[in-house]
Amino acid sequence: MSSFSVTEPSKRTKWFAGALVITYALITMIPLVWIGLTGFKSPADAISYPPKYIIGSDSEAGFQPTLEGYVNLFTTRTRQTEEFLANNPPENWADEIVRQYDMVIVGPSKFGERFLNSVIIGFGSTFLSVLLGTQAAYAFSRFKIPLADDLLFFILSTRMMPPIAVAIPIFLMYRNLGLSDTHLGMILLYTAVNISLAVWLLKGFIDEIPREYEEAALIDGYTRFQAFYKVVLPQAATGIASTAIFCLIFAWNEYAFAVLLTTANAQTAPPFIPTIIGVGGLDWPAIAAGVTIFLLPVMIFTIFLRKHLLRGITFGAVRK
Amino acid sequence: MSDKTVDRVAAATPVQVARKIRGLSDRAIAWIFVAPTIFLLLAINIFPLIWTIRLSFTNYKANRINREPEWIGLRNYERILTDSDIWLNMQSKAHFQFWTIFFQVLIGFTLAWLINKKFKGNDLWTTIIVLPMMLSPAVVGNFWKFLYQPQIGLFNYIIAFFTGKDPSSFEMLGQVNLAPWSIVIVDTWMWTPFVMLICLAGLRSIPDYIYEAAEVDRASKLRQFFTITVPMVLPFLMLAVLFRGIENFKMFDLVVQLTGGGPGSTTELTSINLKREAFEKWRTGYASAYAIVLFVTVFGLASIYVKALNKVKER
Repeated sequence: MSSFSVTEPSKRTKWFAGALVITYALITMIPLVWIGLTGFKSPADAISYPPKYIIGSDSEAGFQPTLEGYVNLFTTRTRQTEEFLANNPPENWADEIVRQYDMVIVGPSKFGERFLNSVIIGFGSTFLSVLLGTQAAYAFSRFKIPLADDLLFFILSTRMMPPIAVAIPIFLMYRNLGLSDTHLGMILLYTAVNISLAVWLLKGFIDEIPREYEEAALIDGYTRFQAFYKVVLPQAATGIASTAIFCLIFAWNEYAFAVLLTTANAQTAPPFIPTIIGVGGLDWPAIAAGVTIFLLPVMIFTIFLRKHLLRGITFGAVRK
Repeated sequence: MSDKTVDRVAAATPVQVARKIRGLSDRAIAWIFVAPTIFLLLAINIFPLIWTIRLSFTNYKANRINREPEWIGLRNYERILTDSDIWLNMQSKAHFQFWTIFFQVLIGFTLAWLINKKFKGNDLWTTIIVLPMMLSPAVVGNFWKFLYQPQIGLFNYIIAFFTGKDPSSFEMLGQVNLAPWSIVIVDTWMWTPFVMLICLAGLRSIPDYIYEAAEVDRASKLRQFFTITVPMVLPFLMLAVLFRGIENFKMFDLVVQLTGGGPGSTTELTSINLKREAFEKWRTGYASAYAIVLFVTVFGLASIYVKALNKVKER
């Protein structure tokens, strides 16, 4: 660099800072990497001491990767007599893995269903909160609404309530309305929780769009609705996308309401994963496999969309 | 003549009125846009809260639908405010709050300060550090439980490796003195990135010219740090502490999965305590009163804190 800047840290400082941050990042990744590895271990390797961490090595610290955890996660199995096993050869590779424990696959497990529930409820509530949130944010940003500041604070303060405090009456209300353990009930609930954040984030994004664009459209003969859908929405697309990611991540991760209000039909993955039980105790490889499948989408999302996400987190905080 | 009048009226009609005739008025649209959100919040947030308040004056039990709830006035509140167990619980909660926030602020600020040195690739490493806070707390609690397992757990192995202790000589989740720390460790692992990101936003909001001016005045780097960096980041840091405080108070998922409140009730944080009262003992009325007491406490503490925060900002 030719120009001298007093605020630019020296090369040595940068190197030192980088080394420390990378060290922290690597340490912070250990638990996640460990769960990823455990998903590919046999139950015996998963609980061996000292821990095994080298894939495919025959040394004491090595283990042979297997898909057992994943097979156990997605199937239900039953023990069979030797006679039965001898007469019925394994149907596929998954069956073959199960045979080493004298078992056969009898059907799919609940995991697929629960995962699908997570997807339906996550996307449903995200869509709804972004839809309503954008409209409300637009109204707060552009129109004079009586008591706007009070309303905005009210919307925000609903986030301060611990879920358990409102869970009791919601539980009773849903029981009366027949909404407990339904997808619709969970979608509405998550929307209500998410919408406060959505309105706050989106209002910031819409505030940044110059009013002149819509005014020009209005003069050209657009109605307010048309101006909103054809001019403002495309301009706010990035903001809407990053808000949507936040809503999706919340709904995807939520546990307290899910465990209290759902039992079977609409149960999502987070309350289900810890209940995976194998022969003689918790089946750690299967749990690890479930955890991996469940966390991977969020991690990939985070890495690819980091610019929008990181802005969203600090943005939401700084504005308040 | 009449034609002319029509023309003149049309020309004199303000654009806004003309627009109103073509579509809905702005005011109508404003209400159409805001109403669904307000309605949803009233139905799923405010109405339940009012219902909780009502229930808190009764001895209702949600698992006995047929029994008419009795109005018992303030008796639930009386019992909560005089219950020594609850105060003990709040104390351990305060202890826990202090240490999690202490570590998160210390590590989070240091990391943000280092990242702000703008070394190559800092945004990728920032993202990797941020990963834990994006994950489901319940699932995180679940797999940390695996790491904390006595004998087989990776955590015990690593501690044993560095200290030479016997890995089966301590149980992070099973020992009364260690269980609270097991939660502090996981909470710090998970939420330090949040404090870090907010501090980073604070550091990046400091304009370069302030440092340049300080340099011209020959202020030492250390002095610059304490007279520029720290005071300018403080409002952000306090905000991060507020958010973490409120979130920690609400914390439920992680602890339920990690320790379930045990051993005994050592880590039975307020939310878990409340869940046991409401959904295991089914003392709905009592639990409602408890929820209200907690809500008022947090709301009060948060308001006082926000006042202090605004004072710092004014300086």
